[in-house]
Amino acid sequence: MISEVIPTLLHSVPMDDTWITFDVNSFTQNFWSSTFDGFTFGAIYALVALGYTLVYGVLNLINFAHSEVFITGCYGVFFTLSALNFGPSAPHLAFWAIVGNLILALVVAIIASALMAVVVERVAYKPLRTRKAPRLAFLITAIGVSFAIQYTIYWWRGPSPEAALTMFRPIPIFDVFGTIVDSQQVVIVIAAIILMIATDQFIRRSRTGRGIRAVAQDPDTATLMGVNKEKIIVTTFIIGGILAGAAALFYVMKIPSGVQYNGGFILGVKAFAAAVLGGIGNVRGALLGGLLIGLIGNYGQVLLGSSQWTDVVAFVVLVLVLIVRPEGILGSSLGKSKA
Amino acid sequence: MYGKKVISAIATTAALGMLVAGCANQSGPSNTESSGSSSRVNIPSISKVDVPADAVLPAGDGKGTCPSTTTIAYAGAETGPNAQLGINIFNGIQLAINQHNAANPGCQVQFKKFDTEGDPNKATGPVTQIVSEPDIIGVVGLPFSGESKATGNIFEQKGLVHITPSATNPSLTKNGWTTFFRALGNDAVQGPAAAKFLTDKLQAKKVYLVQDDSDYGIGLGTTTSQALGSAMVGSDKVITGQKDFSAVISKIMNAKADTVYYAGYYAEAAPFDQQLVGKGFTGSFVGPDGVKDDQFIKQAGDASSNAYFTCPCIPGELIPSFESEYKKLANAEPGTYSIEGYDAVTVLLSGIDKGKQTRPDLLSWVKSYDADGLSKHYKWDSTGELATPDVYGYKVENGKIVPIGVIGK
Repeated sequence: MISEVIPTLLHSVPMDDTWITFDVNSFTQNFWSSTFDGFTFGAIYALVALGYTLVYGVLNLINFAHSEVFITGCYGVFFTLSALNFGPSAPHLAFWAIVGNLILALVVAIIASALMAVVVERVAYKPLRTRKAPRLAFLITAIGVSFAIQYTIYWWRGPSPEAALTMFRPIPIFDVFGTIVDSQQVVIVIAAIILMIATDQFIRRSRTGRGIRAVAQDPDTATLMGVNKEKIIVTTFIIGGILAGAAALFYVMKIPSGVQYNGGFILGVKAFAAAVLGGIGNVRGALLGGLLIGLIGNYGQVLLGSSQWTDVVAFVVLVLVLIVRPEGILGSSLGKSKA
Repeated sequence: MYGKKVISAIATTAALGMLVAGCANQSGPSNTESSGSSSRVNIPSISKVDVPADAVLPAGDGKGTCPSTTTIAYAGAETGPNAQLGINIFNGIQLAINQHNAANPGCQVQFKKFDTEGDPNKATGPVTQIVSEPDIIGVVGLPFSGESKATGNIFEQKGLVHITPSATNPSLTKNGWTTFFRALGNDAVQGPAAAKFLTDKLQAKKVYLVQDDSDYGIGLGTTTSQALGSAMVGSDKVITGQKDFSAVISKIMNAKADTVYYAGYYAEAAPFDQQLVGKGFTGSFVGPDGVKDDQFIKQAGDASSNAYFTCPCIPGELIPSFESEYKKLANAEPGTYSIEGYDAVTVLLSGIDKGKQTRPDLLSWVKSYDADGLSKHYKWDSTGELATPDVYGYKVENGKIVPIGVIGK
């Protein structure tokens, strides 16, 4: 038996002939399902991207620990729902009981993420800011805090992902060109869009939002005009944390086994890429960038016939866009956005 | 402006990294045909396996003598995402060594564990440390194919015998290594056995094959797809650490596949099966030895009830003497490859009892070994492969993995 198989095996070592093939057939077949899944992920990326963008807008700082703010929210969801007896199999609960439980998990996740965001700000960034440390120091601290949180979780929860948590069995809602859109996708996209619009309006219309934009535009003048800069900075971190906590609930809804010590890393990188793609510092850019990164990755994966391509395609597009528009698609910064 | 440059630089670096990581690609066929039956076949479980009557046991004759420094090492995952497979193995080893030392007061063999996390990139460090410790004269490991490939040369240079209880990539014995021995069948055996199991026993008409990007997954995917032939309606690749399988799943649903074969490890298989069933897939999910672990059931939940496994491993839990002793030691049922670990170290221990207490002596002892172990007969050819290894089928029944008998040789 072995002697028959080995010659053919040696002959067909992967990568021997074709290494890029465009599977247009598969792409057309799976176009709509990848579009809907792309939107769903894009919505999650966009929520996380808002956290990067807001902090960057206000502090000119890439908060690398934001992916850990997000994963903290995931653990909040995990512990809440585990305590409510959710597990790998979808629970048999009444509709409103599930909604109630999910809202509770959402609240816990938001609190956990927002708290983590404030802790990161107070411990890692504020001391540097008061000592007027150079920009690079912040970047290194951010990476350091990110690792510190990751490995604290590793030490606490171990290397394996937590057991899967199924919140509800997705039910088909409607049918688009033969592709079923299920309740899970609808819930995630709609909830995420509501949150994003609310954030956008908050930044544009509220007093605090005006403060955020003022600090983003010119921190010194804003201080002279009576804006409490420190308070605004903390508020910005809290808003980012709230959105990351909400993203955490949707992420665990979509990926039930995604709660793991380093589970936020790749998602964080992609959300950061989404923020850059849309124009970092720009709230609407983060939204656009998130949806685009989600869609492009999914399309590339189906077109090129392997999951190995999801990130490659997304990042190649990112580079191409940055070559043409170095400031991202929507370009303008938080401070300049029109009220 | 400075900030923008930093961002662009970081983004570009990330993109390049992803490009390099994603270069291995090969597109499989993807046909679409309508209608696929997905009624599942019921295959009964077995409750006993034959144990060789004169199997060599670790205790030996109780008269072994050896220096107190004599050491056997285990190298493999103790932590990491697929750690459970490694834990199964070193508990099997620990049991054999305990039994040996209890029966042989004149020969107390030391046991050292070295953690590789199952990661080829991290395995070279611990293995280099092992070969540089002169007291270590034999090794059981490494469990996974990728790490075995990465470290075989290190063992070879120092002439240190190592028996893998679980690495199944066929190419491992094609490197000209003289110190590498495989205590089970390889994927050139498992792949065709799996294909036969899918089409004959499970009566699958449309198999969708998904493989990961590990040496193990690629090798097994290749041998299985060749043996499946026209029964395979499509294939796809996923990456280690992947969490979202929605794109793969929509392809599977569009291809109307009735069975999915996943060549990879349980860390990805569990969320994959869970999401597959969540999207309404009603067929069977079949995984290889890398998926066959209780962790798969724990992480996939109810979805795992559609799962079968192929494995060149013997159901150690059906050997009563082994099962009860293992349970006492590990507080758990024997897992996948526990018995292979136990048997592999028994080969080394029996050599030590016979006075083979240097690296070259122990190496030549294993080379000429020809005796039964608890799980099967051990006699290696010149490349380090066993002659007639069995492949077993397993299934999930009431949240437990149960054997369903030999499915191929």
